[in-house]
Amino acid sequence: MVAPTVKLAVRDLRIAYGEEEAVSGISLDVHANEIFGIIGPAGSGKTSFLRALNRMEMFNDDMHVSGEIVFGGRDISDIRNVYALRQKIGVVFPLPVGLPMSVYDNVALSPRLRGVKNKAALDEIVERCLTRAALWDEVKDRLKALGSLLSGGQQQRLTIARALSQDPELLLLDEFSIAVDPVTTMRIEDVLRELKEEVTIILVTNLVQQARRLADRTAFFLSGELVEVAETEVLFTGEVKDQRTRDYVEGRFG
Amino acid sequence: MPADVGQPPTKTAMDLDVRGQDWYVDKLVSVLVFVGGISAVVLILGIFVFITKEGVGFVFGPMEVWEFFTSPFWRPTSRTEATYGILALMVGTASVTGLAMLIAVPFSLGAAVFIGEFATGRTRETLKVLVELLAAIPSVVWGFIGLAIMNPLIIETFDVPIGLGILNSGIILGLMAAPIMTTIAEDALKAVPDGYREAAEAMGATKWQVISKVVFPAAKNGLMAAVLLGVGRGFGETMAVLMASGHSINLPTSVFDSVRALTATIAAELGEAPVGSDHYRALFTIGIFLFLITFVINLMADIVIRGGGRKR
Ligand SMILES: Nc1ncnc2c1ncn2[C@@H]1O[C@H](COP(=O)(O)OP(=O)(O)OP(=O)(O)O)[C@@H](O)[C@H]1O
Ligand SMILES: [Mg+2]
Repeated sequence: MVAPTVKLAVRDLRIAYGEEEAVSGISLDVHANEIFGIIGPAGSGKTSFLRALNRMEMFNDDMHVSGEIVFGGRDISDIRNVYALRQKIGVVFPLPVGLPMSVYDNVALSPRLRGVKNKAALDEIVERCLTRAALWDEVKDRLKALGSLLSGGQQQRLTIARALSQDPELLLLDEFSIAVDPVTTMRIEDVLRELKEEVTIILVTNLVQQARRLADRTAFFLSGELVEVAETEVLFTGEVKDQRTRDYVEGRFG
Repeated sequence: MPADVGQPPTKTAMDLDVRGQDWYVDKLVSVLVFVGGISAVVLILGIFVFITKEGVGFVFGPMEVWEFFTSPFWRPTSRTEATYGILALMVGTASVTGLAMLIAVPFSLGAAVFIGEFATGRTRETLKVLVELLAAIPSVVWGFIGLAIMNPLIIETFDVPIGLGILNSGIILGLMAAPIMTTIAEDALKAVPDGYREAAEAMGATKWQVISKVVFPAAKNGLMAAVLLGVGRGFGETMAVLMASGHSINLPTSVFDSVRALTATIAAELGEAPVGSDHYRALFTIGIFLFLITFVINLMADIVIRGGGRKR
């Protein structure tokens, strides 16, 4: 077996909000073209971890990040163009944000920012991304409607489409199915399995079974620490190193 | 009788009919608030009826409506032949307001963007307080600045005989309107949810792209309202314009020309016009006209703001 390519390497990552430490020294590798699941109870630092990957601490004066995040072979803490980094990383937030522009413009925004002007090219991107996000059929007749007027679940899929429109190398999904019905969730999960061929995906989820269905490997976070990371099947059925992992995946967490 | 559902009235059913003290307090407050609101409306209608009564008989009586609005000759005190044309006054007001907006719009939008999107913490709070202080400067002080500082400055810089005119009063009015426009525009920017900015920045948009592609479109209505209210302020301003415009009746051909504004005319002449005279009624007609203009501008601002509310 060949050693997998490491897409993202995190070493001793620490994140603090003011004095309060939310992530205390996490180290892990994410391989290229895998779905990397992150599970853990509320407040265990999953969202904070994702935000650090995209250098989103810049939006919050209180948030302090230390440690190493190496993406595509480069430590992102001292890169010279943070916008270029963010373009390569698509993010889907837990609370869907349909920007106050048309559905079409929501999806076309990122390509336009990158300088794509050709109408046909934009049309193609918009249709492809909306289709992949399992939203095309529902909105194809109202691409001109305001994105912020879609239903919660539709906005969530719009956010996914927007993230895909960036043509990202790394896709960060934070509880993407929080407002999406089960049937649509399954459709999107299928899409994610296909996308894996092109993109590396980090999937934060509160649905333990979703991690089990989708993730190749899964990490278990607890109170800002990485309890363990393993092949998903091992984590769920085999030998876990830590009893707390077993308790959590079996829903016996007190 | 309620439909027969096979149930005797329960305690719950009785509770639903009991009106406690809270209920009556609530009703009383609604009535008081209603009376307050109605009296404001009545007051405004009253003012409108009053100025209309004094003025309207005039334009439709001794004066031709058409002539009133198109004649540039405002000679109310001429012994031989008094004429009442407000064209020059309208042009005066419009040119001064127009120039003021040319100055105030970029200034106030720039300031609002800086305060709302770039400044943080202390800088931001300090700037906001400063802007509010600026908004509180009385207009006579602005007029004084126009007379005492701008006038010699304009004479010196452009080598013109007199520094009171469109340029002077336009700048003064622009500076006057900018703080309030900044405050309103900043409120409009603040009303844009941070989630929008974050979503755009997360996909790699630069600060300027976020502002121009996401924040401005989202705040469009509020920003337009800010501009409209600035225009309203310009039309309505009296004292500063009276002092800085030169106050001479003129169809201007350059920005250095002295002009007279509608408002300033009323302020300067109403005291001398005998009650009930043609002159007196002509001034009231100008009042109605101003009232209508500001009313329409405010209405537009209101519709613009509401239009936004419905769409989002
Ligand atoms: N903006 C913030 N300011 C201050 N503290 C924060 C902020 N965001 C998160 N925290 C704190 O950091 C810790 C980790 O939060 P985080 O959002 O990363 O958890 P999470 O694992 O994503 O939880 P959930 O499953 O509920 O989304 C929590 O204790 C939280 O209170
Ligand atoms: Mg979270």
